[in-house]
Amino acid sequence: MSTSLAVIADALPYLLQGSLFTGAIVVSAMLVGLLVGILAAVGMVYGNPVTRFLVGAYVWFFRGVPVLVLLFLFYFGLFAFLGLNFSAFTSVTIVLGLTTGAYQANIFKGAILSLPAGQFKAASALGMSNGQAIRSIVLPQILRISIPAWSNEYSIILKDSALAFVIGAPEIMARTQFVASRTYQHLALYIAAGVIYFLLTWGGVLILDKLHKYVRIPGYSHQGMNK
Amino acid sequence: MTTRQPLLKVAALRKTFDNNPILKGVSFELHKGGIIVLIGPSGGGKSTLLQCINCLTIPDGGEIEFDRQRLDIHSRPALYQHRQDVGMIFQEFNLFDHLSARDNITIALRKIKKLPRREADERARLELEQVGLADKAELYPAQLSGGQKQRVAIARALAMDPKVLLLDEPTSALDPELIGEVINVIKELAAKGMTMIMATHQISLIATLADHILFMEDGRIAEQGSPAELLGAGCASKTQGFCDRLNQLSGE
Repeated sequence: MSTSLAVIADALPYLLQGSLFTGAIVVSAMLVGLLVGILAAVGMVYGNPVTRFLVGAYVWFFRGVPVLVLLFLFYFGLFAFLGLNFSAFTSVTIVLGLTTGAYQANIFKGAILSLPAGQFKAASALGMSNGQAIRSIVLPQILRISIPAWSNEYSIILKDSALAFVIGAPEIMARTQFVASRTYQHLALYIAAGVIYFLLTWGGVLILDKLHKYVRIPGYSHQGMNK
Repeated sequence: MTTRQPLLKVAALRKTFDNNPILKGVSFELHKGGIIVLIGPSGGGKSTLLQCINCLTIPDGGEIEFDRQRLDIHSRPALYQHRQDVGMIFQEFNLFDHLSARDNITIALRKIKKLPRREADERARLELEQVGLADKAELYPAQLSGGQKQRVAIARALAMDPKVLLLDEPTSALDPELIGEVINVIKELAAKGMTMIMATHQISLIATLADHILFMEDGRIAEQGSPAELLGAGCASKTQGFCDRLNQLSGE
């Protein structure tokens, strides 16, 4: 038992460095996903049939193929084929970013459709272009509505990021495995890794929950119902 | 009505939704300062006509001439400019839920007219004062009553300096005790010479405000004329019959 604790104590700084790497992957991927998800959602709701088809194909592809397969497909397949010498970090960010982008697209699409249609009409009636109405009226509202679902997506992507170890990214899982294979303290080390993942999930969700309350529109309860 | 050029001229406007003709050729003229009231049974095409006038709904055929310019419905910049000139008030208010009363007014001024925030805020203050809501600038739509929401919506439209205001049953979604405050604002606008087209079932507005009544039924103008012509003593008009039924229903 004391050996386990000693190993964990020794390995902790090394694992925590890994959590910085994991954090960087997750934050970058979530931001890529946010941008892609917003564009895709707008394309799905307001786009012409061609745009809708292309966005639909993107969403179904990334929802239908496992992240592990996507990582291999992009890192060893597509990027190599195209002669792109992307680092593990860049590759994981792209794959996880596009994956969460597909899910975020559906989150934002649902949020756009839940807005009363009259507000877009009112914006148009004032003389706003579709782009102005989307930016000034639609996006500020759907981003607020989407925070709880987005926080759920964060916790999923955080855990999916562990898969990055297969392409050699020095994140939490890879570092834990590295130490475990040398010390044979598998049980203790993977418990430590699990605790780190849990704390990252909990902290992130807590921050997003605070953000959700902070940007709440006065007069609405936190369920979004009219009081 | 004078013989001057009309401010708005609508000719043979047609609109069909899913093989269901809603407007079957509607024509009328509106002069500056004039007030047209649209009445008639639900489904007669009143809302569609109003939404075709500012092209929220693109008409299938016909012509719209505004301020002596023929509107090109295929040009987006022309449509956006036209909608700035033609303000609209909706039955359901359609305020922007995430913005305070003030910012509901300033958002279009800042984004479309590119006014600096201070000027936009000042304009919003003036407009809110006009509709009696100077003290509600900081409140959000969910914190306002229906009547207050509709007054903010009117202030929002007026801040864009529209040359015509379209009102689509502005009091129909309100509780009876809140109708009065909105009617008063509309009457003040009329007194100031605002050019308006209003669809309404509110008898008090029809009789006192209209200088021309269009009775719409089945996608056409079934009858039109001044209130005296259509609602005068002994008239046997459709309009008169319709208003009588409204009166019976509302017990006025």
